[in-house]
Amino acid sequence: MPGRVVSIEGLRANVDFFGVRRTVRLDVVDEPIAVGDYILNHVGFAIRRIPESEIRETLALYEQLLREAETDIMAADVRSEIEAGD
Amino acid sequence: MRGSADDGLNEVKFRDPARARALAGALTRLTRAIDRRPISVMHVCGSHEQAIAKFGLRASFPRALDVIMGPGCPVCITDVPEVDEAVVLARQGVRVATYGDMLRVPGTVASLADARAEGAKVDVVYSVSQAVELARGLDEELVFFASGFETTAVATAAVILADPPTNFSVLSAHKYIPPVMEIVAEMPSSRVEGFLAAGHAATITGWGVFEPFVARHGVPVVVAGFEPLDILAGLVQLLEIILEGTPRVVNAYPRCVTREGNLAAQQKLWKVFRPVGGRWRGIAHVPNGNLRLKDEWAAYDARKRFAIDLSGLWDYAPSALTSQCICGDIMAGISSPSDCELFGRDCVPESPVGACMVSSEGTCKIWHQYGGHPDLTTVSV
Repeated sequence: MPGRVVSIEGLRANVDFFGVRRTVRLDVVDEPIAVGDYILNHVGFAIRRIPESEIRETLALYEQLLREAETDIMAADVRSEIEAGD
Repeated sequence: MRGSADDGLNEVKFRDPARARALAGALTRLTRAIDRRPISVMHVCGSHEQAIAKFGLRASFPRALDVIMGPGCPVCITDVPEVDEAVVLARQGVRVATYGDMLRVPGTVASLADARAEGAKVDVVYSVSQAVELARGLDEELVFFASGFETTAVATAAVILADPPTNFSVLSAHKYIPPVMEIVAEMPSSRVEGFLAAGHAATITGWGVFEPFVARHGVPVVVAGFEPLDILAGLVQLLEIILEGTPRVVNAYPRCVTREGNLAAQQKLWKVFRPVGGRWRGIAHVPNGNLRLKDEWAAYDARKRFAIDLSGLWDYAPSALTSQCICGDIMAGISSPSDCELFGRDCVPESPVGACMVSSEGTCKIWHQYGGHPDLTTVSV
């Protein structure tokens, strides 16, 4: 689960997870963490600083997949199956 | 730019229904292009199953696509004798702490919850570091019953390397995912044509760890995250590879996963643990699938510090219901919960027979909670 670092004391960070604050340890993360960074948390340990560039890259990946899907979703035969899934 | 990623992490973008429908359309196009049915792919992560069920993704999968759950629930694959070790320790009077999900997992005759009801000292913790803090405040021994895959094992390694108190030790039931994928791929009954690998485990190991696997088995692997669009995008890419017919590894979770992974975490993991062969519940023997403390950390190894005598357990026969449980086949991807005669009748979350009905990441619990695979032929639209 991603969360945003609010404050840091030694190897402990106070992290905001969509409104819930938790202490997260920074022992095993592979980069220096600063206040304001997004981190990926697992059982109370940060396992990854999520770089902004990669967040963008992921969104760009979706955009690309969606562009490819755009023409197909308009096809009537596909539409019926998608609507059956609603 | 650090600290200004609010827009990028807007969760709505990862859950947007219109985008999800478009990706579901791409899945339909691809299954038609592949023109074989059913096309079976396996995800190896309880969090994937949770998202698939919680957001109703299965209802939007094309009928020709069978997305099955493999041995990806850490609680489910913890083997019975490992639970027994924790239960016997607790019954011997040793204080045991563990993650909440492990409390009710049945051993041969009892769960840790049963032991606690009998008076044993069993604590539930959210993190291994919480268990260390607990030990610091105690005059007695505290054993942390440690379950989970490499992602969780890294946390256990970190506290052992951070000089925990001498009354703290670890009973490791940690497991390592890559070897079990080999087992599933080699099962004669396996129908799996591609794997959706767990984004969090790959955050630690890196996606490169799957390259030898793909080379050996000719089965593609796509690393995917846990938001609905992460999973749909991962499946789209998996089907694209199956259609092309050239198996490879694709990283569909680049915001968290690199080829090399988290090297600092790997260094800690392999400093503390060594892989050994051993049983996974329902999967039998997995070479190099279990993580045990290296000899140099024997002082923190509960198996070395305590005599855990399991001999008394073998006087008990498992209950008749237990022998009907098909959790093993479900975790191997051979069966669905709906194939189990106990599901929803004798086996429910309030009184689970098998481990898959206990954990929030267990297939049976998730299907029981969210309805599993809806039969669209019976739904009027």
